[in-house]
This record gives sequence, C-alpha cells and structure tokens, in this order.
Amino acid sequence: MSAPALQKTYQVQHRDFGTAGEASADIKRMLRQLGVQSDILRRVSVAAYEAELNLVIHSLGGQLSLEVDTHHIQLSTSDTGPGIADLEAAMRAGFSTADDEARGMGFGAGMGLPNMKRNADAFDIQSTLGQGTQIAMTFNLS
Amino acid sequence: MTIRDLADILGAKVLVGADRMDQPVISACCSDLMSDVLAFVTEKTVLLTGLTNMHVIRTAEILDLKCIIFARGKMPGEDVLQGAEELHLVVMMAPHTMFTCAGMLYEGGLRGAAMDWKLSSHGADA
Ligand SMILES: Nc1ncnc2c1ncn2[C@@H]1O[C@H](COP(=O)(O)OP(=O)(O)OP(=O)(O)O)[C@@H](O)[C@H]1O
Ligand SMILES: [Mg+2]
Repeated sequence: MSAPALQKTYQVQHRDFGTAGEASADIKRMLRQLGVQSDILRRVSVAAYEAELNLVIHSLGGQLSLEVDTHHIQLSTSDTGPGIADLEAAMRAGFSTADDEARGMGFGAGMGLPNMKRNADAFDIQSTLGQGTQIAMTFNLS
Repeated sequence: MTIRDLADILGAKVLVGADRMDQPVISACCSDLMSDVLAFVTEKTVLLTGLTNMHVIRTAEILDLKCIIFARGKMPGEDVLQGAEELHLVVMMAPHTMFTCAGMLYEGGLRGAAMDWKLSSHGADA
C-alpha cells in the first residue's frame, strides 16, 4: 500500500486511568482509515496499547508517537520515570512490578513488553535508571 | 452458536446490544488481566471477565471483540455500558462465578480461543 506520510504525538499522563488507551484507539482508527491491512492493524494497535498503558502505570508520564511512511509504521515512546533496573527480567513473560492499584484495574500480567516485542517487526528498548525509558518499534507494511 | 445461545446457557442478563444477539460465536476466553487477553488471543472471541472497568472495553476495541460477559453478577458502570454501545458490542452479566460460567459454556459446546504463543520449558517466550 502507499500510505501518505503521517506523524502524530500523544502526551500520556501518569496514572490517568480515565483516558488511558485513548491514544491507541485513535491510532487504530487513523490507520484503519489509511487502509492498513487488518493483521498489521491489530499488531500495531496491541503494541500501542501496551506501550501507552506502561507509560500510565510505570512512568511519570511521557509521549507516544506514531509515524507512517510508504513502507513502515513506527511507534515510539519516551518517558521520564524510574527506568527499568533489569531489562532482561522486564522482557520476560509474567514479570511485573505493577502495584495493587494497577492490578485491581486488570493490569500486571507481565505480558505488555513481551507482547510488544512479538508483535513488532523490530523492537528496541533503552532505559536509564532514575531517568526514563524509550521504546522504538517498527512494523513493515506489505 | 450465536451470542443468544450463550445468554440462554448462562441465564445471563443482556445489558447492551440486545438487537445484536444473532452474531456467530467462534470461541471464548476468560481472564481478569487484559494484557493476557491482548497477548494470547488473536481471534474475534467472546471475553468472559470479572473486571468491569473501561480497560475491558478498550481491550475489546483493540481486538475487535464483539461480546463481553461479566461474571459473578458484577454490574459495570454507566461509562462502560456507554463505551460498549459506541462500539456496538454485546454486553451481558451472568449470575455465576467465572469458573462456573466457563464450565457451562464448555458443556454447551463452546471451546477456548486458540492460544497463539510459543511455549518452551521456561514458559511463554517472547
Ligand atoms: N515505561 C516504563 N517505566 C518503568 N518501568 C517499566 C516501564 N515499562 C515497563 N516497566 C517495567 O517492566 C515490567 C514489565 O512490563 P510489562 O508491560 O511486560 O508488564 P506489566 O506492565 O507489569 O503488566 P501488563 O503489561 O501485563 O499489564 C513492569 O512491571 C515494570 O516493572
Ligand atoms: Mg505493561
């Protein structure tokens, strides 16, 4: 498909469970309008949602960005926050430090990061303790 | 099977989408952790859950799910019902625990959604 260039950045607030997920829903609606095929649409939406929710739950706030060109969809996050002490552990299915508030709301399966990695065609995570975390994901079109 | 069959089996109360009950049902999954649903489910399945907040509706939107069944007679808030209506979902409330709901549906012939995840001896691998 030949999608027009598109760039959009969403601010994501710490612990704002009321609006959590709205950026991802918006991303999904936009990509669907662009005609992105359903399998890719699902993978991008799931990854965006998990990334957005991690910003809400684990960071002190940050941004989620979407970029679309002819061949790729890029999702990236950048946050300020505690960072991740042990990235290898954090990437493991089932690993979670979600607190009781987050668990009570249905988070904390420890599946967000591994699921992002699985759904993206390329996945990169960088984190600095006490500063923040950045994630870059690429999805190939066609 | 249709969504209506599930309601009949469970004796569930339909809260949203009473006019959309004739859609076919392929499979079901149940969890209170939405990231598990987002990770393990790839088909348009029915979601059975005890969680009643907006996170459930947003998960349904991300995965294009059509039907949510709230177990344990839990009544979701107005915001959840309205969100479900906007997405044209069917939402119902069943007066049993999740285990019993799942058992009743299984006995009625419904099966679990395929689990699409590589498993190794260490558990689920990314
Ligand atoms: N942006 C972030 N800032 C700080 N820590 C993070 C961030 N994202 C993830 N983490 C850490 O990595 C762990 C694993 O994240 P992951 O998304 O896989 O699971 P979770 O968010 O705990 O639960 P789930 O996503 O299943 O609801 C988190 O529990 C948290 O400790
Ligand atoms: Mg997460």
